[in-house]
Order: sequence, then structure tokens, then C-alpha cells
Amino acid sequence: MQHYTMNLTLKVWRQKNSKSQGAFETFQVKDISSEMSFLEMIDVLNEQLVSEGKEPIAFDHDCREGICGMCSMYINGRAHGPWHETTTCQLHMREYKNGDTIVIEPWRASAFPVIKDLAVDRTAFDRIIAAGGYISVNTGNAVDANCLPVEKQQADDAFAAATCIGCGACVAACPNASAMLFVSAKVSHLALLPQGEPERKKRVVNMISQMDTEGFGSCTNIGACEAECPKGISLENIARLNREYIGSMLSGSATGV
Amino acid sequence: MNWKLYFSTSVGKKIQMALTGLFLIVFLIVHCYVNAQIFYNDNGVRFTEAAHFMGTNFLIRATEIGLFGFLILHIVQGLSLYFANNSKRPSRYAVSAGNATSKWYSRSMALLGTLILLFLVMHLYKFWAPNRWSQLSTGHELDLYAAMREEFQIMWVVGVYLFGCFSLAWHLVHGFYSAFQTLGLGMHRYKGMIKAVGVGFSIIVPLIFAAMPIAFHFHIIN
Repeated sequence: MQHYTMNLTLKVWRQKNSKSQGAFETFQVKDISSEMSFLEMIDVLNEQLVSEGKEPIAFDHDCREGICGMCSMYINGRAHGPWHETTTCQLHMREYKNGDTIVIEPWRASAFPVIKDLAVDRTAFDRIIAAGGYISVNTGNAVDANCLPVEKQQADDAFAAATCIGCGACVAACPNASAMLFVSAKVSHLALLPQGEPERKKRVVNMISQMDTEGFGSCTNIGACEAECPKGISLENIARLNREYIGSMLSGSATGV
Repeated sequence: MNWKLYFSTSVGKKIQMALTGLFLIVFLIVHCYVNAQIFYNDNGVRFTEAAHFMGTNFLIRATEIGLFGFLILHIVQGLSLYFANNSKRPSRYAVSAGNATSKWYSRSMALLGTLILLFLVMHLYKFWAPNRWSQLSTGHELDLYAAMREEFQIMWVVGVYLFGCFSLAWHLVHGFYSAFQTLGLGMHRYKGMIKAVGVGFSIIVPLIFAAMPIAFHFHIIN
């Protein structure tokens, strides 16, 4: 693909903190290379703002190779931008052409309050994990891995669920701001493996209760989460979460959950 | 945890919606089957016979109470979920994904459901309520076949019925699949099958219902 440069108009959400009212601010960026990543383009804008003595735009980023789950922009109405199964850091400027206007918003959900500008507080996910996304491991010598046979398909499904990087795009994309896809991935990945068995019945209920407490919406099977997930987490995980929940409901212990 | 707590989480409420929804789907099959008797074009003999059975059989009448209970639960729970979910994003997106990531009908279940409810109020007022009142006050059922023939001569009534069937069809396209997904059956082995059967059901049943006012209005059946 031919390299080219472009001038863009950016409408970026600016918000001082979670308490204040935010608003869009319009910026012009010039000579953006089609080879740049989206975040590098924001870096250019921030350099420009710093040199003008203005406050740079706050945004989350870390690994910039699509595996950490930190980047989180809602670009022209799409979580992580228009590309399928990519994070914002993997989106490249060749998607855009000279003269385009790009609207950049933070994840919007009451469970993800804005920290500043485009950075949101996703610690609600950490609390959901703490409520049940763990397994019991006995101390002592490491057990031989071959002692626990796992069926290949189960292992593959567990691995596919475990690819969830917890970025929160599912919440951002969901019209109900539901965290079901995230919770279902975390529940699935442990429910499919023998190591997850001891806490199985408690895990699903505790994680869902925590999800409700955090103020996420309810899942209505719309599927926007699956369409926007950068890791391609499938709605089948939500079906599995529902099965786990019904299983816990019908045969979980009456106390202790 | 007890049953009450299990049914009151977000997934528990979703299960309530699925179970009541499936019950309503079964009701639609029965209702559609009974009403389709008019297509024998026998001046309503078979229809009246079937309607008489439905209106007088003890088990059916007892189930009718359950039907209203489940219907009300489905409506109340559905609307409360809609308002609760709506409050989870107080600050709206300036640009939304629209149809790029999801289907319009899956996002419009509350609206479609409300349209069906409005239709239902009129439908019950025209047929169900007068018939039950007549049974209570005089002990006799009304001639529902004659009532249909009369009502469906009016153009706007036919229009409202067709619009009701239209809303029902789109509500079912998402609702049918969604109920099974909620009950945990949305895995690869069943998903395609459920979606296909759901779409088929959502087309066939509302189409048969829609054919009734049309058939009366255009004197295809007399």
C-alpha cells in the first residue's frame, strides 16, 4: 500500500475528572503518516499541545501491541475503532484519508467513571475478578501437569476464553453497558478446566452479584460486545455463563454462596 | 443462596424473561392453531367448536390465569430492565455504532414489546373481554366468528392488527433466539438451528395471524 500523509480534524472528549462535565474539543493535526498507529497520531497531537503550552490529552495505553488491554477509545462510534478484532493501538492511520473528521470518546458507562479525558476507571473489572475469578492452589511441590488430563477441545475453548484482555470494549459497545461478555469469558475459562472445579458453583454467582453491584447493565443478547471484542470472545461464553448460573441455581449449596 | 436471590440478579431476571417468553411462544402456537380454524371457510363451525373448548375447559381456563400472570411478569420485568439498563450510561455517545455491530430489532425489544402491548389492549377489549363478560353475566359465549367478520370490515382495525403482527414478528426474531441463549443453549451445536427455527417461527406465526383480518376484510372467507 502506498504511503501518504493526511490532515485531520479530531473531536476529542475532554473532561477534567469524574465529577466535572466534559465536552468535545476540536483539534487539527497535519502531515499524519498513513503508516502511523492511531495512538502515535494522538502522540503527535499531544506533542503539539505540549509545545503550545496546553494540557495534553490523557489516554490509557501500555503495550501497544494488542495484548495488555489498556487502550480504550471509542472512535467514530466504534469501540477500538472500525477494524475487526483489533485494539486501538493496532488500528493504523491508513484507515483514514486526508480531510477526515474523527470523533474520539471515552468508554461511557456509569461503572467506568472517567478519570480524565479518555482514560476511564476500569477497576470494577478487578473487583469482579476478586469476587470469584480465581482457583485454589495447594502449596507444596508442583503437581505433575500430566496428572490432570484435559480434553483437547475443552483446553482450546478455555484458552479462547482466556484470551480476554479485560479492556472493557464489551461494556463500551453494549447498549446496556453490560459486562456479561467479560464475566462470561472469565467464568468460562475456569469452568472448562479441572482446576476451576472446587469454586465452580460459587464463582459464577459471586462474580455476577459483583457485576450487578458495580452498576453494569443486564445482558439482553444484542451481541454488540461480540462484534467489538478485540479478542473475538464469542457469545457462546455467555451461553456457558448462563448454564453455569442455572447449574449453580439448581444444585449449588444452599449456604456459603 | 435461595431461589428469590437467584432470580433477582441480572441473570436471574434474564431467566425470568426467557421462561415467560417461551411460555408466551407456546401460547401463540395454541392461539394461532385455534384461530386458523377459520380458514376451513365453513362459516366458522370448526372455529366456534375450538373456541368453545378453549373458553370452557377447566384446565385451559386455569392456564389462562397463569398466562396473564406470566404476561404481566414479562411486561413488568421487561420494562424495569429497560429503564435500569438505560440508566447505566448517563453520558451518551455522540456517535453511535448503530447497525454496524447489532441488529435494530435486538436493541428495540422494549419498543416492540410496548407496541404489542398497545395492540393487545385493543385486541382484548374487542374480543376477549366482551366474551368473558358475556360468559359471566349470561352464561353464554359470544359468536366470536361473527364478531371477527364484523370488526375486520373496518379498515383501521385491520391496519392496527397488521401493525401488531409486524411488531410481534420482529419481537420474536430476537426473542425466540434470545430465550434459548439465556437458557444456555446458544452454543455452536444448536445456535444455527435455533436461529433458523426462530426466524421461521417469527415469519410463519405472525403471517397466519395477519392473514385472518385480511381474509375477512377482502371476503376471502365469509
